[in-house]
Amino acid sequence: MDDIMRPATEWELKSMMTALSERGIPVEILGAGTKRGVGRPVAAPVAMTTGAMRGISLYEPSELVMAARAGTPLSQIEVELASRGQMLPFEPIDLGPALGTDAGLQTIGAIFVANISGSRRIAAGAARDYLLGVRGVNGRAEIFKSGGRVMKNVTGYDVARGLAGSWGTLAVLSEVTFKVLPLPDDVLTLVYPDLTEDLAVELMSLALAQPYEVSGTVHLSQALAGRLAHKGLSKEPRSLTAIRLENFTRSISYRKLKLREVLSAYGAPLELELESSLEFWAEVRRLSFLPPNGTHLWRISTTPSAAAPLVAAIRRHMKVEAFYDWSGGLVWLETPATADAGSADIRRAVATHGGHATLIRADEAVRRTVEVFQPLGPAVDRITRGIKQAFDPLRLLNPGRMYATM
Amino acid sequence: MSSIELPLPDSSIVGRRDAIVRDLVALCGADAVISDEDGRRAFETDALTAYRRMPLAVVLPTSTEAVSAVLKYAKANRIRVVPRGAGTSLCGGALPLEDAIVLGVSKMNRVIEIDFQNRFARVEAGITNLAISGAVSAEGFFYAPDPSSQLACTLAGNLAMNSGGAHCLKYGVTTNNVLGVKMVTMDGEIVEIGGSHLDAEGYDLLALIIGSEGQFGIITEATVRILRAAEGARPMMIGFESSAKAGICVARIIASGIIPVAIEFMDKPAIEVCEAFAKAGYPTNVDALLIIEVEGSEQEIADRLAYIASIAHELKPVALAVSGSAEQSAKIWKGRKAAFGAIGRISDYYCMDGTIPLAHLPHVLEQISEICRRYGLRVANIFHAGDGNLHPLIMYEANTPGEMEKAEQAGAEILKLCVAVGGCLTGEHGVGIEKRDLMRVQFNDEDMAVQLRIKSVFDPDWLLNCGKVFPLDAVETAKAAATAQGVPAGHVDGNPAAAA
Repeated sequence: MDDIMRPATEWELKSMMTALSERGIPVEILGAGTKRGVGRPVAAPVAMTTGAMRGISLYEPSELVMAARAGTPLSQIEVELASRGQMLPFEPIDLGPALGTDAGLQTIGAIFVANISGSRRIAAGAARDYLLGVRGVNGRAEIFKSGGRVMKNVTGYDVARGLAGSWGTLAVLSEVTFKVLPLPDDVLTLVYPDLTEDLAVELMSLALAQPYEVSGTVHLSQALAGRLAHKGLSKEPRSLTAIRLENFTRSISYRKLKLREVLSAYGAPLELELESSLEFWAEVRRLSFLPPNGTHLWRISTTPSAAAPLVAAIRRHMKVEAFYDWSGGLVWLETPATADAGSADIRRAVATHGGHATLIRADEAVRRTVEVFQPLGPAVDRITRGIKQAFDPLRLLNPGRMYATM
Repeated sequence: MSSIELPLPDSSIVGRRDAIVRDLVALCGADAVISDEDGRRAFETDALTAYRRMPLAVVLPTSTEAVSAVLKYAKANRIRVVPRGAGTSLCGGALPLEDAIVLGVSKMNRVIEIDFQNRFARVEAGITNLAISGAVSAEGFFYAPDPSSQLACTLAGNLAMNSGGAHCLKYGVTTNNVLGVKMVTMDGEIVEIGGSHLDAEGYDLLALIIGSEGQFGIITEATVRILRAAEGARPMMIGFESSAKAGICVARIIASGIIPVAIEFMDKPAIEVCEAFAKAGYPTNVDALLIIEVEGSEQEIADRLAYIASIAHELKPVALAVSGSAEQSAKIWKGRKAAFGAIGRISDYYCMDGTIPLAHLPHVLEQISEICRRYGLRVANIFHAGDGNLHPLIMYEANTPGEMEKAEQAGAEILKLCVAVGGCLTGEHGVGIEKRDLMRVQFNDEDMAVQLRIKSVFDPDWLLNCGKVFPLDAVETAKAAATAQGVPAGHVDGNPAAAA
């Protein structure tokens, strides 16, 4: 790892970027490197990590705000938040285990730059929704800031949020400021076994249309459920559809009964109490049931009611296992390791049913030959190139990672 | 009388007015074009009424294609365009220019599609904010952002300013509730970004577009999230002898782990005016009043309000009352939402919109009083306390020469104070012309250059809503830098000729 540049301060970061831009040397940008395998292979002779810029620089629990240097490990942030009864509401998933690294390594900067959200996204919003401000250095070696530390801020363009989902191709962040929320007092999960994918999506959407603030809706196929380590659920693998309530205990007791009534047509659910619920959702958050087992992994965002038909369309071409999150709005698809990762069939199905697909896990050779991120339409492509040019005209930052010529 | 400089009109454009009107009629039909003086006068200002400019012409198209045709025409003829929703901007965001076409989307106000299973509504952008909730309320759903002007303001304006509202403490602001837009760029190109799914692909262009104050394109349609409403909601009122105690109460509630749907604050002058107007039952013997709303079932509401009351009791409130009926709840909110109007009945006012970290609240309120006292002006404070978004209303007499300038100077001092304590110039109203020249208080040249380059990506000729958001000299510098590079920074179609 010695050949990796490790700025410890924003000024070091700027001087390193200045040196690189003067010589026109492209650079691969990393946090902890857990998501290095996502995207097209980056053609850069050097790499830089934000990992030496770490530490929590501001935490005001009564204002629901925290700021941290970009390379701060998520684990450190979550320990600090939990000590004051708070959390990151968007529940970022940990791609580490699915990509073959350990869990718990990812950095806070990478979470925002990749806009990584988890199951609570459906109720609470995405990572980008909680991002209040950033500091960083762009490909022109300019230090800039955007946003700030207050919840409501429309001063100038929303550049901070605009960097979410840019995967290190526009700027290297040095610090992020974000909103946090209180941890719920209690958690309860209703688990409906043996539903088909169509029925599961129907149930999940119905649950979210109730006034009970359902904060997680997932469906695991029978095979995926069989891979759970959860003691109560893995015994007799059946497909599982889980509905989560998070609230004060008294509210949960009431809302649980109301929900069971509304959802009674879908059978009798198991109830996972606090500890059992936490265990289940922790596994979901690590995607523990989608390990690197020689398959490819796709992530598809779509309209919930299109999810099951979309998966059925893909299934006509290949054997897949599907994990549905966001009541079907997000599908994780395990597919056979073919040379094109099933790309042609998957992209055709997505074009028909709506949404976008990203190849999350595949060998480098595959990622070099197929589009990893959703190809953009002509108008959006032109704007995207313009934005890239505005931040990084020499194409130094993660060149080619999202789109081949960008 | 106005002290904010506006771009000089291009006399060659103004001189071609009749021909331009004829062209617009040919493009959109006579029904869509307003060219007579009386008709145009209705569009000469927005809710920042101290500033007025008679527009060159007003066009109110009824389709995305017509918007595209007008923008193509304007671009080809290098005519500036000022986008407009309902004209309720408090910062001059919709202020016309004498050499600009005002392009209003208010006639495009249809609901296109409502999908309860997937929880979204697709609407034309000229629809009013409240009409979106109105279209889905029968099924128990609502559209969350709720600016005080929601009866009149359009979604288009909300998108341009990234509007908030009282209930965004829990539900977020506009950018958190939009899934996709159909936007016409200055080239006349129709671009669809996002859709009915969560998290659009690629760069987060929605984040950049929402809050860009109409400078990136004209949004004609949007897909917004609709949410199932809670079973019920009820506000309580807690009055304190000092703003400091009210501030401590807010901090303790939030730190305790309960996030109400809304926490609103009024100081004594605001309470008196709003009570006289709405007869909401606000206590008038207090210096600071909190309106706190929670949601849920009857039992949940009772539990949460009792919990909040127990926190408040430790601070010995002067008054504490829970709304006793739906009618009273409506009145409590009516008083709050009508606050600006109620103040407007007794005085001209200048409304500020800075946001501060909550811990600085007592200090900032003291300083606001001090600043206004120094200028000999009265001030009422009404704001979203849960997120620190202040709305000091500086009262002045518009007919007295020099008063408005004094109000503007006091306002500028207040906003500088907000930034100095770690906050920002504007929490939800936008920069517009009003705060344009204060941008350097919050941003240095490099911060602004990053933003200005993005503007050039969407509109390299700076024709859209020109003269707003950034200091005029910063814009000139950015344009010169782009020209010096041979191509405008990030020019969309890579055509250098267009940058000249």
